[in-house]
Parts: sequence; structure tokens; C-alpha cells
Amino acid sequence: MRWESWSDFWFMGGYGLYVWGSMGMTAVLLLLEMVQAYLAHGRALALARADQALENP
Amino acid sequence: MTMRWFYYAAPQTFYGLAGRMWPWLAAIALLLTAAGLWLGFGLAPTDAQQGEGYRIIFVHVPASWMSMVIYLAMAFWSVLGLTFNTRLSGMMTRALAPTGAMFAFLSLWTGALWGKPMWGAWWVWDARLTSELILFFLYLGYIALTSAIDDVRRADRAGALIAIVGAINVPIIYFSVKWWNTLHQGASVSLTRSASMAQLMLWGMLLMALAFWAYTLAMVCYRVRTLIIERERHTDWVQALPDVTGALA
Amino acid sequence: MNAVFTLVVRDLRLAFRRKAEVLSGLFFFVVVAALFPLAIGPEAATLRHIGPGVLWVGALLASMLSLPRLFDNDWRDGSLEQLLLSPHPLGLLVSGKICAHWLLSGLPLVALAPVLGLQFDLPSEALGMMALSLLLGTPVLSCIGAIGAALTLGVRGGGVLMALLVLPLFVPVLVFGAGAVQALDSGLGAQAHVSILLAMLLPAVFFSPWACSAALRIALE
Repeated sequence: MRWESWSDFWFMGGYGLYVWGSMGMTAVLLLLEMVQAYLAHGRALALARADQALENP
Repeated sequence: MTMRWFYYAAPQTFYGLAGRMWPWLAAIALLLTAAGLWLGFGLAPTDAQQGEGYRIIFVHVPASWMSMVIYLAMAFWSVLGLTFNTRLSGMMTRALAPTGAMFAFLSLWTGALWGKPMWGAWWVWDARLTSELILFFLYLGYIALTSAIDDVRRADRAGALIAIVGAINVPIIYFSVKWWNTLHQGASVSLTRSASMAQLMLWGMLLMALAFWAYTLAMVCYRVRTLIIERERHTDWVQALPDVTGALA
Repeated sequence: MNAVFTLVVRDLRLAFRRKAEVLSGLFFFVVVAALFPLAIGPEAATLRHIGPGVLWVGALLASMLSLPRLFDNDWRDGSLEQLLLSPHPLGLLVSGKICAHWLLSGLPLVALAPVLGLQFDLPSEALGMMALSLLLGTPVLSCIGAIGAALTLGVRGGGVLMALLVLPLFVPVLVFGAGAVQALDSGLGAQAHVSILLAMLLPAVFFSPWACSAALRIALE
């Protein structure tokens, strides 16, 4: 491994803010997108179920 | 051969196909990400000029690539949709757009975070960053247009047209921004890496690019399924889906 | 061709009956050009430096603001549908409308800009190049903008949405148009810029009526 300790890893040679700011934003956006897609899917299924309830009372 | 393609163009068939594909694609994306990050953060050496700060390229470059590839894919599906009038093409384009916009934003954000320590400014009017910014606007335009039109078919087709017009313009925009950039700045301020990149860095970047690609494919498959349910929910086959009837799958 | 000419004359005549619409676009240009010195300061050197850019952006925005007028009124009173149904090729008819639009909203800018350029203390060659670059550029803006206007016909938030769609596509014209004046200023010569503006004008004029017709059919069917 390149890094001597965890704190070296976080420090990232002084560039910690920039590197982890980038990686962090990436993780956040990917997660948000996945969550949003999951919720949208749930809403679509709910709509379909509502239609079913209308047709088969 | 053509019959097979049109077979999968039917929403019902594609729903099943996408449903089987996306978990695998997601798993591949996860593996590739792990491998890429391991290579990029665990094994790749320190850069002579940029120290550890260069490691941002492991997300910046793949995000930029994806933002461009996705826009091309949108244009491709748009041409298909307008030519063959298939419903699925419009759904594919709509499913691609949010991910593309996200990657474009990420490219700008990581570009800024890379530029600040390297060039001293949060934003530089570098040709590629500026073109990326305009690409981001093109994505927003597509999303805004398709959201604003109520009639789904009209929205799809209007979106398709603007995606195609945008795609044709992207090289023109890039060229004009490049010209503008070289005219107004002496030294070329660029965020590109020099040709001689350490092997490990290159591999890390490529693995991350493939990871983003797999992620995009998985996300698109998943999103198209959502769109199919929304639009086709009145059909018998959707009503019969176990997810909808509540039966255990 | 007769049909196209009739359409152009008709559009011009209609516009002259509602002069306010056309003139307000031009006054917008004048006002915007005056805002920048007010915001930045009256120092002549600065103004000379930003003048071409400011005037070009102002012309671009004024051109864009007038775009909804291209199809909206006709769409509202049903004459647009009639155009779609007519036996003449829609692309030809659309190019007539775009031409009329440019005559009303683009050409006056070409005449106004050098006058406003005096407010920015631009030298006379720069004023000439300002007019030329706008002469070559504003038709492209009308052509590309027409596609945006057709796509957003009757859509909620139409004007702003159209701006969002169309402004990114205007960037190349802006870069080379304003760049032409600045190149002249810095002594580099604007040959290349003018050639590129021409190179953008010809495809725009040929292809945009076609794209615009497609957009109109999408909007009206």
C-alpha cells in the first residue's frame, strides 16, 4: 500500500479537501440518483396499483 | 435480424430484458469501481507536478467522458425514435438525460476542485470546461422541455429534435470555444494530462470509466422500466405484473 | 416562390400594424447597451474593450426576445395550421417567415449597433466590422431561434424555456461575431472570423427551415 497511515490517506498530501470534495460529491450524487430512481419506481407501481383498484373494485 | 431488434423494441419485452440486466450491470459497476479505486488510490504513484491532487482525474475524466457519451446516445435514440416512431426510443432518451446531466455537473464540480489547487482559481475558462458547461446547459434544456410539455408523445419527439440539434452543435460549440480560448489566453491553460501518464494511473482511469459506463447502463435499464410502467399501466400485461398485483414474485 | 414572397410581405404588413412589438425589441437593445457602462463605469478604455462583446450579447438577447412572435400569433389564430396544410413545401414557407422575422428584428440591429458603438468609443473600422458581423450573424440567430420557437409553441413557461434551449446554441455565433470585432481591434485581422460566420450562415439557412418544419409538425400534431 502507498499510504503509511489512515491520516496520511485523508490528508492526501495536502490536497485532502479537493480530492475528498470530489470523491464525496461523486458518492453523494450517485446515491441520490439511485434513491430517486428507486422512489420513482415505487410511485409508478403505486399508480399502476391505483388503476387496478379502479378497474377491479 | 431486424425482427429481433423490433421484438425488443416492444415495451413489454424490453421490460423483462431490462429487469434481468440491471442487477448484473450494477454488480459489474460495483466491482469495477472497487478495482478502479484500489488501483487509483492504493497503487498509483504520486504525480511529479501535481502531488496527490491529480487523483481527482479518477472521477473527473470518466464523468466527462460519460457526459459526452450519454449525450451521443441520446442523439442516437432520438434519431431512431423520429425515424421509426418507436415509443421505447423516447423512453431511452428520457432515461439517459438525468444521468448525463449528473455526470456533466460532476465533471464541472471536480474540474473546479482540480483547478483550484493547480491553477489557483475555482473556475478557469478552459476550452474543455467551458464546453462541458454548455453541454450541461443542453442537458438542462432537454429536461426542461420534456418536463414542460404535457402530451408525452409530443414531449418525446420535441425532446428528440432538440437532442439532435444539440448533438450537431456540440462539435461546433467545442471548436468555437477552443478558438476563443486560444485567442484570449497566451499559455494554454488546460486540464488535460500530458501524454506520458503512468500506466497505473491510466488503468485506474479506464476502470473507473468502465465502472461509470456499467452504472449508466444499469441506471437506464432501471429507469426505463419505471417509465414503461408509468406509460403502459393501463395495459393487461402491466396489470398482471406481480409487482402490481401484490402477489409474491 | 410566389407563395414565399406573399408570406414575407404578409408578415411584414402584420408587423407594421403592431409596430410596438417590433420597436420594443429594438429599444431593449438600446437600453441593455446603456446598462453596461452604467454598471461598469465610464472609463473609455474599458468600454472600448467590452464594447463589442456587450453589443453582441445585447443583439443576441434582443433577437431572442423577438422569437416567440415568429409563430405564436399565427398559432393562436389558426393560420399556422393552414400553413401546414397548404400544398407548398412547409420548409419553404417557414424560411419565408424566418426571413420576415430577420428583416424586422435582425436587420435593424445591424443598423443600430454601430450607432450604439459610438457610446463605447469604438473606432470606425470596429463599427464597420460590428455591422458586418451582425449582418452575417443575426440571420443565423433567427434560423436557430426559430427551431426553439417552434418546439416551445404553446408550452408553459415558453419564453424562458426557449431561451434555455436556444442560448447554448448561439454561443458559436457569439464567439466569432464578437471575436471578429475584437480581432480587428487587436490588429490580427478578422478574415478568419468572417469566413467562419459565413460558414455558419449557409448551413443554417439551408437546414434550419427543414428542422423547423419538423418541429412545427411535432408541435401541431
